[in-house]
Amino acid sequence: MSFKKQNSASLISHILILLAVIAVMAFLRPESFWTVNNLSTVILQQAPYTILMAFGMSLAILAKGIDISMASVMVLSCYLSAPFFKEGNWLLGVLIAFGVGIGFGICNGLLISKIRIEPFIATFSVDFVALGIAYVVCNGKYIYGFSNSFRWITNGELIPGIPNVALITIVVFLLLLFLTRYTIYGRELYSVGYNAVAAQHSGIRVDRMIISVYAINGSLAALTGILFLGRLNAADPSIRGTLTMDSIASALVGGIAFGGGKGSVVNTVIGALIIMFIRNGMNILGISTNWQQSVVGLIILLSTFYNLGIENVIKKIIALRSMDQKQPVQ
Amino acid sequence: MTVDESNVILKMTGITKRFPGTLALDKVQLTCERGKVHVLLGENGAGKSTLMKIISGEYQRDEGTVWFNGREVNFTNVRQAMAAGISMIHQELSLLPERTIAQNIYLGHEPEKEGFKGIVDQKKMVTDSKALMDSLGLDMDPQTSVKKLSIAQQQMVEVVKALSQEVRLVIMDEPTSSLTSREINKLFEIVERLKQNGTAIIYISHRMDEIKRIGDSITVMRDGQYIDTVSAAEADLDTLITMMVGRKIQKMYERNYREPGKVIFETDNLCGLRFRDVNIKVREGEIVSLSGLIGAGRTEFAKAVFGIDPIDAGCFKLYGRQINRIDPTNAIKYSMCLLPEDRKKEGLVLQTPIKENLTAACLKKTFKMGILRNKPENEIGEKYVRELRVATPNADKIVGELSGGNQQKVVIGKWLETGCKFLIFDEPTRGIDVGAKCEIYILLDSLVHQGYGILLITSELNEVIGISDRVYVMKDGEITGELTRDELSQDRIMRYAVGEGEVV
Repeated sequence: MSFKKQNSASLISHILILLAVIAVMAFLRPESFWTVNNLSTVILQQAPYTILMAFGMSLAILAKGIDISMASVMVLSCYLSAPFFKEGNWLLGVLIAFGVGIGFGICNGLLISKIRIEPFIATFSVDFVALGIAYVVCNGKYIYGFSNSFRWITNGELIPGIPNVALITIVVFLLLLFLTRYTIYGRELYSVGYNAVAAQHSGIRVDRMIISVYAINGSLAALTGILFLGRLNAADPSIRGTLTMDSIASALVGGIAFGGGKGSVVNTVIGALIIMFIRNGMNILGISTNWQQSVVGLIILLSTFYNLGIENVIKKIIALRSMDQKQPVQ
Repeated sequence: MTVDESNVILKMTGITKRFPGTLALDKVQLTCERGKVHVLLGENGAGKSTLMKIISGEYQRDEGTVWFNGREVNFTNVRQAMAAGISMIHQELSLLPERTIAQNIYLGHEPEKEGFKGIVDQKKMVTDSKALMDSLGLDMDPQTSVKKLSIAQQQMVEVVKALSQEVRLVIMDEPTSSLTSREINKLFEIVERLKQNGTAIIYISHRMDEIKRIGDSITVMRDGQYIDTVSAAEADLDTLITMMVGRKIQKMYERNYREPGKVIFETDNLCGLRFRDVNIKVREGEIVSLSGLIGAGRTEFAKAVFGIDPIDAGCFKLYGRQINRIDPTNAIKYSMCLLPEDRKKEGLVLQTPIKENLTAACLKKTFKMGILRNKPENEIGEKYVRELRVATPNADKIVGELSGGNQQKVVIGKWLETGCKFLIFDEPTRGIDVGAKCEIYILLDSLVHQGYGILLITSELNEVIGISDRVYVMKDGEITGELTRDELSQDRIMRYAVGEGEVV
């Protein structure tokens, strides 16, 4: 089977899960779930943050790593830049937010590529460092009350009907899709993820690639932080919430394999939507948030079995179909 | 030679072992006596290790019989062989570095405390291992952790470990490859004690001097076949080497020699991990082989030159450019490439299509502005599939699904596409079938005619002789000899490779 068919098999199988989740909920609670209002709230207002973070997580996993630190880096960059956004000094705010995000990202990349610390351990440690600094800087004080013009970045509608946060997410998605699928950078990223040794032997600068991936993660964290500020109208360290775990879950459920090199940012979007709709569905069904955690955990477990099973089935179907197509030629 | 039948501990006859695509052992026989050292001699790949793994239960034979200690046996795993009294000391050390000497010696058969099943008697373990080491004349504290020991001391612990159970037969696979002469003497003292106790020893080594020193009888193998068994006292070196390398002249190698051009690659006292003071040069239009035994440091040399591993001292010149430090990216830029030893791990991204592997080393050249496009990649894919005759319907096929020979062609295609003119090929024909080998030889010949310079690392002596213009021989990280095409013979190369060069 060709390479493209394998990838499309993986994608189709995950779209099926998403549709199944939506179908089950639409059947159980048509009046509250299956409404334009609910669906657009989930997709356009709630999911973008998880999707943006999951993009970063997916890039790290594609490069055979993981980035546990993203949510805390987001919190810190958010916290350090918030006062400037509040004053209306937007340029400085943006510079500080992205400076912190990219700085921590490069730090992660250096630890992993040059000092050769396991990605999990490196980013796990950086997670504590970043969150610790955020708590120190915060010192129990909340920053709140941002101007409406700032909050417009998130909540405004440049295109009527689509909140800016969703628009930004779509733009980021298209950029990343282009970067990973249609550029040399993307090709090298996948090569490093599949087989870093062979990539190095082919003259690809593996260290630089890894550092750049974590730098991109850092900037995605910074961007998510700014958008979050606009939504919550307040900065405090607790906004970290379950974002790290949700973004890992999104990547996994979407079909980005932990071995590296497998999947694309399209899988990430599908994975994130699956997670968001399951959470939304359980809210509507009145299942407590405590139980929701366990259910998300089970979904991740089930999805790994599912990946093994359904992909083989779909591959076989595709293989049969292509055989049918070939036979008349022979 | 005559064998005292009553003294025989191991008798193997008609042993045949097949691996997919190869006949590893073809009706091999071997007889060992109690209290004697039986040396097993042969080139890399002659089948020595396979035979030993059959004795120690790691592999199962396809045909033949094994008699051990008076009865026919058929070990299906290592534990059974150990229980019968067969112990193997591996070439690679297999100790746990974080644990103590005593814990390593008794790993898997720890003494239990009386009355407490499953509880290890630490005290007994320490005193027993101390006693065991004393009996072998080794002065080491059994409670030292293994990571603090030198490689030689670790080797000694391996020996003690092998003897910690009742042993009737000890297999030593190149035990001296990492030892100094003083340590070798120590090891030989132990071997002598073992002999006095009536233990049989199978000893694998490439070092001719050792073989004469401790061997009682010698069995020579070649290409998976039994050649002969001779008495060590009567054997002479020339006969042994002739028996090892054989006299087969193969027609596989087609070379049209040409006058070499200017020097393109020249090292100046290059030192690195496991090689030192290497001075070699390669000219345009010639195939230069770097010959030697496995572990001589040839692959390490190639990796350092290509920038995978660091260069410790010295420098080299590549197309007139002086180089002290290098990485693979710059190496390719300076027109050098390395076809790595392990094509699956280092040469290819197995999960991706042929065409993506072909462009992997020259993405920037192939795709303008950093944007991937199908057309140039498909053209490159089709071109190399056609020119190198890769057996595949198209260049979209996943490279991991190809056979070894076709995979190797893809790696070669990758390097040809970069336009690099100095090629280092590390074991390019390992594990591929004869037909593909022939095609690769013809390709190499045509490349040097186009002005390429090739440094070939191979463990197959026939190959070295068949296609080289010149040969350097490496032993223990040093160049021990240089031979021109007229001087080439398997005997000469082997002598340099095992350190007998002076005798010639």
